[in-house]
Amino acid sequence: MSKIFIAGISLSYLALLFGIAYLVERQKRKGNQIKGTSWIYALSLAVYCTGWTYYGSVGRAVTSGLEFLTIYLGPSIMCALFVPVLQKILRICKTQRINSIADFISTRYGKDFSLGVVVTLCCIVGIIPYIALQLKAISTSFHVITGMEASVAVSFFRDDALFIATIIAIFIIVFGTRSVDASERHEGLIAAIAFESIIKLVAFIAVGVFVTWFLYDGFASLSNEARTKGLYQFFTLNGSHVFSNWATMILVSMLSIVMLPRQFQVSVVENTDERHLQRAVWMFPLYLFVINIFVLPIAMAGTMLLSSSVQPDTYVLSLPIFYHKDALGILVYIGGLSAASSMIIVETIALATMVSNHLFLPMVLSASTFGGKNEKFTQRWVLYSRRLGILFILLLAYLYDHYLTSSASLVSIGLISMAAVAQFTPAVLGGIYWKHATKVAALSSIVAGFSVWFYTLIVPSAVHAGIMSDAIMKFGPWGISWLKPQALFGLTEFDLLAHSFFWSMIVNIGCYVSISMFSRASAQELYQGDLFVNIYRVGGVAEERSVWKRKAQFADVKNLLANFIGKERSVKLLQSYAQRHKIDTSQAEADPRIITFSERILSGVIGSASARFMVSNVAKEEDIRLTEVLSIVRESQQVLELNKELKKKSAELSKATHLLTHANEQLKQMDVLKDEFLYTVTHELRTPLTSIRAMAEILFDTPDMDEDQRQVYLEGIVKEVERLSYLITQVLNLERYESGRQKLHFSSVDISFLVKEVIQSLKPLASEKGVAIEYITPSTMILVQCDSDMIRQVVYNLVSNAIKFSPDTTGLIQIASRIEYDELQVWVADNGRGIPDELHQLIFDKFFQARNQTLQKPTGSGLGLAICKKIVELHQGAIHVENVLPQGAKFVFTLPYS
Amino acid sequence: MKKILVVDDDPYILMSLEFLMKKNGFDVMIARNGTEALDIINNQSPDLILLDIMMPDVDGYAICKHVKSTKHLKDIVVVFVSAKTKDTDVQKGYKLGASLYISKPFSTRDIVKQVKELLAVGA
Repeated sequence: MSKIFIAGISLSYLALLFGIAYLVERQKRKGNQIKGTSWIYALSLAVYCTGWTYYGSVGRAVTSGLEFLTIYLGPSIMCALFVPVLQKILRICKTQRINSIADFISTRYGKDFSLGVVVTLCCIVGIIPYIALQLKAISTSFHVITGMEASVAVSFFRDDALFIATIIAIFIIVFGTRSVDASERHEGLIAAIAFESIIKLVAFIAVGVFVTWFLYDGFASLSNEARTKGLYQFFTLNGSHVFSNWATMILVSMLSIVMLPRQFQVSVVENTDERHLQRAVWMFPLYLFVINIFVLPIAMAGTMLLSSSVQPDTYVLSLPIFYHKDALGILVYIGGLSAASSMIIVETIALATMVSNHLFLPMVLSASTFGGKNEKFTQRWVLYSRRLGILFILLLAYLYDHYLTSSASLVSIGLISMAAVAQFTPAVLGGIYWKHATKVAALSSIVAGFSVWFYTLIVPSAVHAGIMSDAIMKFGPWGISWLKPQALFGLTEFDLLAHSFFWSMIVNIGCYVSISMFSRASAQELYQGDLFVNIYRVGGVAEERSVWKRKAQFADVKNLLANFIGKERSVKLLQSYAQRHKIDTSQAEADPRIITFSERILSGVIGSASARFMVSNVAKEEDIRLTEVLSIVRESQQVLELNKELKKKSAELSKATHLLTHANEQLKQMDVLKDEFLYTVTHELRTPLTSIRAMAEILFDTPDMDEDQRQVYLEGIVKEVERLSYLITQVLNLERYESGRQKLHFSSVDISFLVKEVIQSLKPLASEKGVAIEYITPSTMILVQCDSDMIRQVVYNLVSNAIKFSPDTTGLIQIASRIEYDELQVWVADNGRGIPDELHQLIFDKFFQARNQTLQKPTGSGLGLAICKKIVELHQGAIHVENVLPQGAKFVFTLPYS
Repeated sequence: MKKILVVDDDPYILMSLEFLMKKNGFDVMIARNGTEALDIINNQSPDLILLDIMMPDVDGYAICKHVKSTKHLKDIVVVFVSAKTKDTDVQKGYKLGASLYISKPFSTRDIVKQVKELLAVGA
């Protein structure tokens, strides 16, 4: 296709992006709600899929089989397993108005200039080749679709990569630097990025469908064909160090979706709502999955159908062109343009913010001539420096592409970049979970890790590209063989990337941990560390707990802020803040919270280190001692401990309350029981009293009663009086046993003798009812230490009960006593009706009979069993009842026997 | 002659009440438990029942309930004679339709007077 035509299409597409960004920006400026922001957010994360993915995955599949999957597995694992990490970083950046990964690290370690510079430089070195790679992807695809030979030499100014870079630079400058506040979102630009994500996905799937169902009859026929042609590399894991390669690439790509400047930009800086993360964590992996479905089919088809002179990296585009599907070819080209340009745009904005805030601005701001200029001047400077940054980055990328990239394949450069930014991992992750990590440690770990990365990855690449002599690879530097960049300390088990990642991380983490342990954090570092680690607890009240007692004139602070964000906006922000926190702004001196708040706003514009520097120009800082910061930092710890203490106390209190309630309940219950007892006792007394009174009155009122009848009444009165006094004695006895006032008079008692005595005394009652009593006499004499009167009463009660409950004439009572281990057992069994199981405990209660009228009621006090139980318990024994077969109840009591 | 049924599980009280009522000219029947009482009530429909409450088989309340809910029996005058002296017990007795609730121990003169009054009104 003609070069002009394709260039026109490319320009139209870029114009379309301009249009989308412009429309969305206009919506936003009108104050309209932008719809579907969570979808846009999730889609914009797919900026991860660059031109490298788009073209290079297929290339990688051709050379290394399934290995291309690793860089998608990594981010998916991260999204699935480490959402809390992402969330915490997000929260920190929101509250601290952090606008780049460099700013994040610098802010964490005491808002330090040097860290910002180092991280920025590392990013430039690590990422510029990556951006260059995208330029290369675009120009290569341009060459492929226009049928030009890529090797045709073009003069500097007719170079299409330069052309592309220039258009993209304009786009970024127009939509990426509208506001000086870098922490502000670029809704328009991000909408365009999301749109590009859709385009590249659609285009890639279109090729896949074309290859799979138009050139072949679906997946099965395609893979069968590949198999018959012996292309087994697509179905197996190959290479010499499969495990270490996979592990390394998964790990590196996992870390890169946090550490890569462009990912940090879209996922953190451009995030408008933390809840959007919830959609993104499933949608982003899903996107990665879908875009990878057709990688293998395309790779297989390309290998089988295209000549071996065609670069595998261009299969995606070459296949439709080879079959003269021009429309599809253009779509694919546009998709590739989308993938590459979105990466360039976001990465450049992110890097430009870093370069401007951490390299340019500190130089400009610290220049002595700068102070006291008007606001227009300052704002313009910030913008200029940002734009300068953009041009600087793109120029570097262009130069790199122009002079250096010719030899490296697409994928390896991407991985090298990822391995570079992975060096920030200890400083970032350690920074949000480990309060004691220090600035020195972070700085040295990044420098050391990055140096190892450079030595083990870049030096070999340079040798490979012919820039350096290969002596260093063969013999090591200065002939020291264990320093060979591809085999440090003789480690030859890994391939280049794994080897580099392994050593750089060991050095990096080693430095970070050991230096943190042996270095002291400054007050500012401690303070920031606490803020980051305990972000959920500290939350938005950062100003309130600030220890920095700074003194400044309110007017100065206001002017400073106005210089950077404009008078109108600064006044508005300060006023609403003062209102919210009830701060009196009429004083000449500014409230310390106002100063801290202003610094935070400034951080969003120029980075935390510069902001701190600017504020320190107008605010005189009182000397604060380390101890003060420590006390603040500890304060949060103490609050935590206090909380714990309070919780414990309250738990104790509620336990005590519970106990008290329980005791109260018991007292009440005892009261009720006492009442009930009294009631039952009087009730039981009433019955004989009633008889006595009635019979006495009858006798009195009936003088003419005949002698026999009179005799009956008199006898009745005597019997009832006896019953009454017996009852009273029983009640008093029980009361005495229960109160513990009854002393036991122990003596050696021959238990057989005692039982026989009782049987003797109850003989008349038994024979009156026709009940037989059998005593199974033990073979030897048993002597037990007990109170003989009381035990006699127990046996008496049990036997007389048994007589009462035995059937008339056929009644049989069996009594036995024996020693079982260390106790005496006495049982009394009858052949009566037995006792229902559920009553086995209850019958030992006082007046159980009286309260349970449905039972056959024999005569008695209703206290007999209660008294038995009490006596046995006083002897440390036990009593229970069981039913026996064929019928009857068996009461068993035990006494300790030694 | 008015028919009175005396129900009590205590033999001496039963004996005393039987004697008292007979002496005052009533036709007296006795029952030593609830089952016997129900039997007599159903077959002989007395004019008045002196009714103990706490009995092993069927308690006095149940008997009263039966009397008051049976059409041809509900005119029988029920007088509880009980050792249960709690307010709630007494209230329960009246609620079930008893004409009088006499607490044990009772005065023999009073109980005769009260029974006579109750039967005079009914006549």
